[in-house]
Amino acid sequence: MSPTSLSTPPPVEHPEPVVRLHEVSFGYPPAPMRRPAVHEINLEVTSDDFLGLIGPNGGGKTTLLKLILGLLTPQKGTVELFGRKPHAATRRRIGYVPQQSEIDPSVPATVLDIVLTGRLGQTSWGARYRKPDIEAAFAALEQVEAAKFARRPLATLSGGQRQRVLIARALAGEAGLLLLDEPTAGVDARRERQFLELLLRLNQELPIVLVSHDIGFVSAHLKHVACLNHTLTLHAGGKLTEGDVEAMYHTPVLALHPHGFAHSHAEETER
Amino acid sequence: MVLLATLPFFRDMATNPFLATGLAAALLASLACGLVGPYVVSRRIVFLSGAIAHIAVGGVGLSIFLSTVYPEYFSALTPLAGSIVAALAAAILLAWMRRRSGERIDTLIGALWALGMSVGILLIKLTPGYQTELMSYLFGNLVLVSPESVKLLFALAVVIVVAVLLFHKRLLAVILDEQQAELQGVNVLTTEMLLLSLVALTVISLTQVVGLILVIALLSLPAATVGHHVTRLAPMMGLATLLCALLTTVPRIAVYGTGISPEPAIVMTAVVVYLLSLLTRAWRQRRSAKADQAPSDQESNSPGREAGSLG
Repeated sequence: MSPTSLSTPPPVEHPEPVVRLHEVSFGYPPAPMRRPAVHEINLEVTSDDFLGLIGPNGGGKTTLLKLILGLLTPQKGTVELFGRKPHAATRRRIGYVPQQSEIDPSVPATVLDIVLTGRLGQTSWGARYRKPDIEAAFAALEQVEAAKFARRPLATLSGGQRQRVLIARALAGEAGLLLLDEPTAGVDARRERQFLELLLRLNQELPIVLVSHDIGFVSAHLKHVACLNHTLTLHAGGKLTEGDVEAMYHTPVLALHPHGFAHSHAEETER
Repeated sequence: MVLLATLPFFRDMATNPFLATGLAAALLASLACGLVGPYVVSRRIVFLSGAIAHIAVGGVGLSIFLSTVYPEYFSALTPLAGSIVAALAAAILLAWMRRRSGERIDTLIGALWALGMSVGILLIKLTPGYQTELMSYLFGNLVLVSPESVKLLFALAVVIVVAVLLFHKRLLAVILDEQQAELQGVNVLTTEMLLLSLVALTVISLTQVVGLILVIALLSLPAATVGHHVTRLAPMMGLATLLCALLTTVPRIAVYGTGISPEPAIVMTAVVVYLLSLLTRAWRQRRSAKADQAPSDQESNSPGREAGSLG
């Protein structure tokens, strides 16, 4: 399972990566090490990175995400966050945007209430959030241009608006890294462009890791691409070849973007 | 006020102190119900709460059995105390099972629900003498609420208020999105145990007012009714407390002296108010949907008519 052409990543400019995985392996019971979900992963996310993590479903993307988030502990290897061993205080600095909103829209809560839960790691005990928390939540909502929804219930928002609220929640806790899981699932092609603009704007201040089985729409803008199918291969952004993708998916890929990325024909007709 | 004073309930209050203690018990239970009900409805654990209430029957049976058969050791073990212990144990166990057992939670709820009832009834049958406590636990009997019970209900209300004031943010975060709460450093299992313990204490309080059989209605309906009309949890709690206080007192005062049992009257009123609220919301939604559609309706008018004539 070696790619036909393996381009080396550019030299790391920043000495301290925000995420560093060293020889990380993880497998689920009953035979964790015979068929590991992810095997000997080495990965560094630099402090200005825009990394795309792609791979087929079942290739270990979610497992790797959970390892970075600290929801799973690797059986082998080490995870470092912000130059330190992961613990509650460092994990909290990862702004995580889940795949699809796990939020039950029937829970009586406004957008502001939801964004404020991103401050829970910083705030004091007590029934109410303090003024600095509310200011931080509004600042995060401003960043994603969703401050006007603050007092509305989530149920009244569209899919794209809800996603921006989730990004605001991730930003509210003074995140040092934005981690997005399948952010474009269920987002139409027109919204994708606006979403990309938002990500590029946020990337000026924050490293971003984007996990997807299909990242055609952002491929030209990624600084690095990591291909994951149990093992991980890192490429410089925009330099992935058809052979790399075929090797990963074990099957010829339908079409290749001019920038060198696999994407489906459905999107081709949109453009 | 003059009219109120002529009601039989208030006329008899001067001579019958049990009426006043019953009213106090109802108001204290309303506070618990108003604070905890919105969590229960939002988290969709109405039936889990039902299981906790029924497991508490086992505690009632056990305390009646022990205090009758071994009075030298267990004379202090009242049915109320026994039900509190059993309900809290059930809350901790169910929170743990929900997270760790891997079994379908509704199956576990059903099993524990039946087990609690069986143990309770079995032990009552084994207890010598004729036992009335179980019946008043099942169907409620506000007339028999003792001043000691009111003190205990007061203590339960204080515990619930303090817990909500301290932990509301964490409870809401877990209800909204467990994984996000965990990433923020919240221990989801402990928080869930706390939530179900609060449910246990609330269930015990409400059981004093309407009895076990009807407790689920009072735990869920006031919160659900208020939930039709508010968008945040905090106002939902305030209004649910108020509604619960009205529902547990007004029907009781109204039916006093008529021979109608107050407990079913309370629950029937709660159901009627809930259904009216549901209808009001549906009507309001339909009206606002119509207002939204008004401009586009005219555009699609003729194709709509053609389609209609076909059918």
